[in-house]
Amino acid sequence: MSVFCSLQEAVAEALHDGDTVAMEGFTHLIPYAAAHELIRQRRRSLTLVRMTPDLIYDQLIGAGCAAKLVFSWGGNPGVGSLHRLRDAVEHGWPQPLALEEYSHAALANAYDAGAARLPFAAFRGSPGDLARVNPNYRSIVCPFTGETLTAVPAMRADVAIVHAQRADRAGNVMIEGIVGVQKEAVLGAKRSIITVEEVVESFDGISPNACVLPHWAIGAIAVVPGGAFPSYAYGHYQRDNAFYLAWDAISRERDSFRAWIDEHVMRSDPEAFARRAVRVA
Amino acid sequence: MTVAAARCVSSRDVCFVGIGLPSAACNLARLTHAPGITLIYESGTIGARPTVLPLSIGDGELCATALTTVPVPEFFRYWLQSGRITVGFLGGAQIDRFANLNTTVVGTYEAPTVRLPGAGGAPEMAAHCQQVFIVMPQSRRAFVDRLDFLTTRGHGAGGEDRERLGLRTAGPSKVITDLCVIEPDRQTRELTVTSLHPGVTRDRVQAATGWPVRFAPDVGETAAPSEHELTVLRHLRLETENAHKAKEPA
Repeated sequence: MSVFCSLQEAVAEALHDGDTVAMEGFTHLIPYAAAHELIRQRRRSLTLVRMTPDLIYDQLIGAGCAAKLVFSWGGNPGVGSLHRLRDAVEHGWPQPLALEEYSHAALANAYDAGAARLPFAAFRGSPGDLARVNPNYRSIVCPFTGETLTAVPAMRADVAIVHAQRADRAGNVMIEGIVGVQKEAVLGAKRSIITVEEVVESFDGISPNACVLPHWAIGAIAVVPGGAFPSYAYGHYQRDNAFYLAWDAISRERDSFRAWIDEHVMRSDPEAFARRAVRVA
Repeated sequence: MTVAAARCVSSRDVCFVGIGLPSAACNLARLTHAPGITLIYESGTIGARPTVLPLSIGDGELCATALTTVPVPEFFRYWLQSGRITVGFLGGAQIDRFANLNTTVVGTYEAPTVRLPGAGGAPEMAAHCQQVFIVMPQSRRAFVDRLDFLTTRGHGAGGEDRERLGLRTAGPSKVITDLCVIEPDRQTRELTVTSLHPGVTRDRVQAATGWPVRFAPDVGETAAPSEHELTVLRHLRLETENAHKAKEPA
């Protein structure tokens, strides 16, 4: 049953050291404000799950929140490497980072199975060396046709965190645009935190096929306008491509990264996001 | 290279597009000889018609111009795995003579010299697209005798390896580089140069390849880009560059 609360309360309540947390949003609606709250509350030893650990996880990894990363593509999209992720993997800074690595199809299937509360997902494909380094890649024979399929365990996080455009007064949440695996991550998780751009009176008049998470299927809702910035919220604000380009230099050295986190995360708050995101006219 | 890649697709194709060169090639094709092509990005945007090239596969532009946008698990399960996508474009940090690709690590997995982004959509794309075109600049660093990590299976160990593994699609049918076009041999599936770009010699291709290169008996010359293709491509790149510049103060 969803509860409206502040982001500080939501994170303090739902997220504990050592948890497995899935913060989703496929280049769209990335829950940056929630990630920054997690850094401020100094959560440690987390297993971070995300198909595309881009800048948001680079920040969490560099800030020392993560012990393990479960992912399928880790880069700064369209720009290059994630320097904090690479520093953790290549040099163990600020601490070693264990990797559990899949392809997109494998992890998307795992989320799908998690939402369905099945124990595993089966799909076609030939995993190559990923199966050598990730023992979670198994195979299963179809009982009807005898075909051998690839299997991976269902992904069910302790906490799923996503950002959405709006909630209604009753605590239902609607997501528009590229919906990624947000719904699957939330429905598969034990607890969930959803940050939203705004609260509206009701969802009357929306498309009957809109992506809605009903209030009884989710946990905490925190209203954080601009909470996906510098990614974008379809219909609200655009992606700040210039920041994604700038991150390459900010994150390249440990000192410049620490200075950025200190100024823009540690000495900031969720309200700052509303000022950063510029609304689409 | 972009123009040669663009020419590989037609209006009838349903095309899985990655960011960077593949996206440039597919959109160039859409704006020139293949106006009816369907572009699908792995963010789930089906039938996207972007006016500028997206910086990421999930840009709002893709969703706003798409016919429909589906969840990512649906994209991989219903649309890709089902074999409905006719063409996929791939690239990588390393490729071997059987068009297998590495996008995971340089060095060992446990202690890599370079940690690369990882698999993304590539392994299942190579498995399920009816055919795959690989586009990457040719150099000894990239065209290696032995991959450090096999992220995405092309023709595996060669011969009928794909069929043995239960793969039902053609796999990589062309590798397009800045020097030439390379295609798998019908029997051995080893990559064989079939066309050299204007002015490129066999020696130059060999010097940029980490294994002894095979050439087809009738190596042709790739047709040079037309004025129209170059104009459209330059315009697209310029528009893209302008669109991605700072929109608002940081």
